Amino acid sequence: MVENRPFLTVITHAVLVLGVIMIALPIWITFVAASHDELRMTQAPIPMLPGGHFWENFTRTLFGSGLAGNEITPVWRMLLNSLVMAFSIAAGKIVISLLSAFAIVYFKFPFRMGFFWMIFLTLMLPVEVRILPTFEVVANLGLLNSYWGLSVPLIASATATFMFRQVFLTIPDEMLESARIDGAGPLRFFWDILIPLSRTNIAALFVILFIYGWNQYLWPLLITTDSDMTTIVVSIKQMLEAAEQSPQWNIIMMTAMLAMLPPILVVIAMQKLFVQGLTETDK
Amino acid sequence: MLKRVHFIKIMLPLLLVAPQIAVTIIFFMWPAGQALYQSFLIEDAFGLSSEFVWFENFELLFDDEIYLQTFWRTAVFSSLVAVLAMSIALVLAGFAERVIKGAGAYRTLLIWPYAVAPVLAGALWVFMFNPTLGIFPFLLEKINIDWNHYLNGGQAMGLVVAAAAWKQIAYNFLFYLAAMQSIPKSVIEAAAIDGASPMRRFWTITFPLVSPTTFFLLVINIVYAFFDTFGIIHAVTQGGPANATTILVYKVYNDGFVGLDLGGSAAQSVVLMFIVIVMTVVQFRYVEKKVEY
Amino acid sequence: MANIKLDKLTKSYGDTEVLHHIDGQIEHGEFIVIVGPSGCGKSTLLRMVAGLETVTTGEVSIGDKMINDLEPADRDIAMVFQNYALYPHMSVEQNMAYGLKIRKLPKAEIKRRVEEAADILEIRDYLKRKPRQLSGGQRQRVAMGRAIVRDPQVFLFDEPLSNLDAKLRVQMRLEIRKLQRRLGVTSIYVTHDQVEAMTLGDRLMVLNGGYVEQFGTPIEVYEKPASIFVAGFIGSPSMNFVSATAANGVLTLSNGTTLATNTTAAGAVTVGIRPEHLFPNKDGVLKIEVDLPEKLGATTLVHGRISGAETAFTASLNGINAASTGDVLSFDAPPEFLHIFDAETGKRIS
Repeated sequence: MVENRPFLTVITHAVLVLGVIMIALPIWITFVAASHDELRMTQAPIPMLPGGHFWENFTRTLFGSGLAGNEITPVWRMLLNSLVMAFSIAAGKIVISLLSAFAIVYFKFPFRMGFFWMIFLTLMLPVEVRILPTFEVVANLGLLNSYWGLSVPLIASATATFMFRQVFLTIPDEMLESARIDGAGPLRFFWDILIPLSRTNIAALFVILFIYGWNQYLWPLLITTDSDMTTIVVSIKQMLEAAEQSPQWNIIMMTAMLAMLPPILVVIAMQKLFVQGLTETDK
Repeated sequence: MLKRVHFIKIMLPLLLVAPQIAVTIIFFMWPAGQALYQSFLIEDAFGLSSEFVWFENFELLFDDEIYLQTFWRTAVFSSLVAVLAMSIALVLAGFAERVIKGAGAYRTLLIWPYAVAPVLAGALWVFMFNPTLGIFPFLLEKINIDWNHYLNGGQAMGLVVAAAAWKQIAYNFLFYLAAMQSIPKSVIEAAAIDGASPMRRFWTITFPLVSPTTFFLLVINIVYAFFDTFGIIHAVTQGGPANATTILVYKVYNDGFVGLDLGGSAAQSVVLMFIVIVMTVVQFRYVEKKVEY
Repeated sequence: MANIKLDKLTKSYGDTEVLHHIDGQIEHGEFIVIVGPSGCGKSTLLRMVAGLETVTTGEVSIGDKMINDLEPADRDIAMVFQNYALYPHMSVEQNMAYGLKIRKLPKAEIKRRVEEAADILEIRDYLKRKPRQLSGGQRQRVAMGRAIVRDPQVFLFDEPLSNLDAKLRVQMRLEIRKLQRRLGVTSIYVTHDQVEAMTLGDRLMVLNGGYVEQFGTPIEVYEKPASIFVAGFIGSPSMNFVSATAANGVLTLSNGTTLATNTTAAGAVTVGIRPEHLFPNKDGVLKIEVDLPEKLGATTLVHGRISGAETAFTASLNGINAASTGDVLSFDAPPEFLHIFDAETGKRIS
């Protein structure tokens, strides 16, 4: 369009750059904090430019046991816990939802609609609403402080099931008919045809769910009392508390960076899939 | 709903849905039922005896001045977060949409807070606003504002609202940008030919046409503020000072796990469940009536 | 006076030039149709006049005033889009009033103009409805209503009828023509449909690959096409072409057939003749072997090949003809209906 408004273009970019700064500022400050030595981090105000200790802090945090005088698990162990949890939640949710969506869309069986509504109901019960009793159940099953306990209660996902249901509903009937003529039974059809056709949706959903799983806070907080099962996201809070006594902000912030990095990398590397996943699940 | 062409078998589909249904029953239905049941009991701290008291827990709850305040506080908190996060996102999306080259770059730079866990967002903001070391208190002191959110309830609330909104802007931005990009270009061009300036085009054409997204995001943002902000509160203020930032979900945790008031906490859970159900119904009702253009 | 001048216009996207040296002068009140195949640049040209695309080099002027740097809002033009581009959240009345409101016309004046336009287009009953409640044809009319109320210097139409079904298209075509005649506003209309072009335009600008192949009246374009492209594009069924050598007023085809002409051309040429200008004559020189007859009722299209030369040829015969596959029919190819083009450049020789 012919637009003689150079002023507007300047404003446009100015506002956007301001927005980016506003969004990036906290991360920048964290990065800066993670790159200084502890002494500097006890002097007000905190620095705005990076120091030279980044890699030193990095190795110390990753392999050390967190804050001195507060011996908890090594950070790399916590990263591992987070990874296992996030991965199990994402993979678990996807597998279960694929199976359920397949059953509900392609089979006529007793209680079909009953199960559908039951799954729908879970949309209305986020974990924060049922924390105490769910905790009791998990404790009774002896799953506290375990990878199972961390992931299984979060695995039944109505949103993923509904999304796959939508996808399956749009696959033409002719696909199934021709597969049947070719001699494929339901499981064959599922494996050879439905899953490959849903590939991008699975990938997009995996990105979203991985981030969701990695960032879980309330649930791991409750069920992991054993320090070697702590996830990195939960440990930040513990470090903040400890900061009252021995403020080692550089280590704390480095840990925060390590906690944030994997999901951020995933979002940036798989941006297209991520956006697709978001806009499709929330319909 | 059901494909026209389908299988008629019984064992197989039952097996297929079994995992999800099993998890749902064990970890969703049963605990929800338990919460419901427990909300009608008063138990002593050791769990040795319990008394069925009907709605007494609920009565106590709604008589409790503190609980009602928490209710109000949560409403204020979520409105602030929703309005802040949505309006900033709307403005950013509106400007980003005008940029032809580089819209992608701005998008990448603006969406990644979505990946940050709420508790981490809280940790970052509390660090920036630390009364002794933080950069912002330092700057604020220069204009004679004393910042200490450990003491000042209003400031504490301000801090958690900021942290919560900061994180959510990314999500809203994505949805607004997508909605704006799906408006047919010719409608905007027609408005330009009709004589509308960019500002006018935005408010009279673009904004009304993304109103379905606005409603949708409103519900999502409120649900987010109600529940997902637990981590932020826990990291930043632990509900303080003096309950200034205790929102409903935090109170459930506090009273239940820390205070060990099982009956009261269960009653609160039930109230929260009720609120979620209402909000979900509203959202589905609204999405059903999706404005068809 | 709303005459439009296109002066050496070019348009490039990056390094690719899509419109080359477009020249044209449009008189006040003329209805010009820009016609050409998909991708020839006609919409781009229209959008440059509208201000929705920038001009790379050259000048666009309306009423002797250069408007290259004017924003669409300031050019005093109105446009009807292919997909109507109605504001979905506003009623028909609001859609039509929008541009006038912006220009701060008094309410009474706006109401008057909207009602007047609504009467002309017979959409008075729909004023309060929203676009989604209207049919395609009704939306089309609202789009035109929106253009009319503005009382602009120029109307621009970007393939407005392509989204309508065939019957509606014919009806709307006539209405648009009548409307323009009545209002007398200079108009530029873009279409890929040559029938629309022929019936609507005072003059046609035939575009191909970003070049103006010919700019003339429908009759000129039909009777004296300036190039092989125009000759083949205008007229349905399309013109037949065959290569030949010209010498001394005689054209010799590859199979030896000779045709008499009035031309002084010499050398390799391409000869064109329209199917309707092949006259059956059992002594005719042009022999066609029939591959497939198409019996349409009012005419019969005989598709075949020139005997001896494998060039496809179609003849259009009146009424129902009994020709069938394998027959060999003879035709006269009178010189006055022959179009001779340079074999290399494709340009008309005579």
